[in-house]
Amino acid sequence: MQKGKNNSRRDFLKKLSLGIGGSAVALSACNSPDFDDFLQKNFKTLSKEDIDEIILNLEKKYSEKYGKKFSVSAEPAIDNTLFGYALDLSRCIGCRRCVYACVDENNQSRDPQIHWITVLQMDKEKGIDYMHSDIHYNPELVPEEGHFYVPVACQQCANPPCVKVCPATATWQEPDGIVVVDYNWCIGCRYCMAACPYGARHFNWSEPIVPDEEMNPISHYLGNRPRPKGVVEKCTFCIQRVREGKYPSCVEICPTGSRKFGNMLDPESEIRYILENKRVLVLKAELNTQPNFYYFFGV
Amino acid sequence: MFIMKDFNSTAQKIIFFNCLIILNLFIGCNNNTSIENDLQNPVISHLEDKQNVEIAVSRPPFSDEYIFPCSECHADMEVNIEPRILEMHEEIVESYNHDSENRWCLACHDANTRDSLRLASGKLLDFKKSYKLCGQCHGDKLRDWKVGVHGKRSGDWNGKKQYLLCVHCHDPHSPHFKKLKPDPPPVKEEDIDSIE
Repeated sequence: MQKGKNNSRRDFLKKLSLGIGGSAVALSACNSPDFDDFLQKNFKTLSKEDIDEIILNLEKKYSEKYGKKFSVSAEPAIDNTLFGYALDLSRCIGCRRCVYACVDENNQSRDPQIHWITVLQMDKEKGIDYMHSDIHYNPELVPEEGHFYVPVACQQCANPPCVKVCPATATWQEPDGIVVVDYNWCIGCRYCMAACPYGARHFNWSEPIVPDEEMNPISHYLGNRPRPKGVVEKCTFCIQRVREGKYPSCVEICPTGSRKFGNMLDPESEIRYILENKRVLVLKAELNTQPNFYYFFGV
Repeated sequence: MFIMKDFNSTAQKIIFFNCLIILNLFIGCNNNTSIENDLQNPVISHLEDKQNVEIAVSRPPFSDEYIFPCSECHADMEVNIEPRILEMHEEIVESYNHDSENRWCLACHDANTRDSLRLASGKLLDFKKSYKLCGQCHGDKLRDWKVGVHGKRSGDWNGKKQYLLCVHCHDPHSPHFKKLKPDPPPVKEEDIDSIE
């Protein structure tokens, strides 16, 4: 009896050491980029050399996968820049051009469908009233009589509740105010989605589907590069565009010119003019999220 | 003599219609030129001196129904400044809705120099600078437009920008912004298939 017990312990230890040895062999034999991905450090702590290597690998991987030349930028924030956005509620007609321009630019999954921008149709008599807003309105023509429209995406809060709750430090605010996600570090717990009062974060419940020919190959590591299943994504003010000096694609597409974007630290920018001369409001101001996204009445 | 005159007028008519067709083609082609091409010909000078920002405006849009220069037809016509409902320019007459009680063609178009607009002061104005004419009444909009708050700006947030003129978005004869067909609404929750 005693002997048997000793034997089983010995057996156990033997098996354990074999197991460890075996998996070590397996690990050392495995040099696939996916495995490198798994061991990759948080983007914020990576050295310049690490980033260059990761970018190179990603560009190679995506170029092969999607059959076109893919660029992945890791362009850092521009000095003395704090991005601000203003949307003219008196001009938005709710045409949803911005929603789909955003999907195209930022490679959101077509199926299951992910939209970073949601347009709320509101009743003029009720004012801004989320409970009675409608996101599925679909008349022949917009705007509809008696209604106004409030497009909502990430508000790039200066005091972002989503960042606070992330247990993996996979999401943070960049120096230019953009809240970004490191898709390699996101563990998919979706705490940030629960914390965000604007419904601005979206989860990849399955492998995102974007047709190869529609894939935008000009990407940023912290923005529109292809996402894996099981991570959270969000609006980044088109980080791949704005860090190159361009307007976000929603600003470019808006047929009414309701969308205004710029550097709030530049006194000559249109965003500063709006903040200084127009009546602006932020959504859910009482939550003290301090959005860098403002709404205003241009008329 | 009589026959000769008749022949002349027929010939004139033929030449005139040929001109119309050529002009139409010309205008049609120009409509297709991209905004980028127009960026090379900035037309707003007074805004350019502000910092290093270069602001360009593409040419005003003319639909197929419009014929420019207007003098092609109007040069030979007698000027009648009496406000009335025209038999020509049917489309404009029908849609005209811009304080139509008090205004008509010659509130903005110059009676004698048809290829120009006319400010309230009597000063002639090139079509490319029509925003100044609009700004006579809509001064607050002009002020906002100049700083990039009213109207659409595209290009670089910290560099070259492309402006659109008032008339790119607002038909000057019926300026209310035209309604659009909305893009499709997001999928409803109950219509989403369960994920395998």
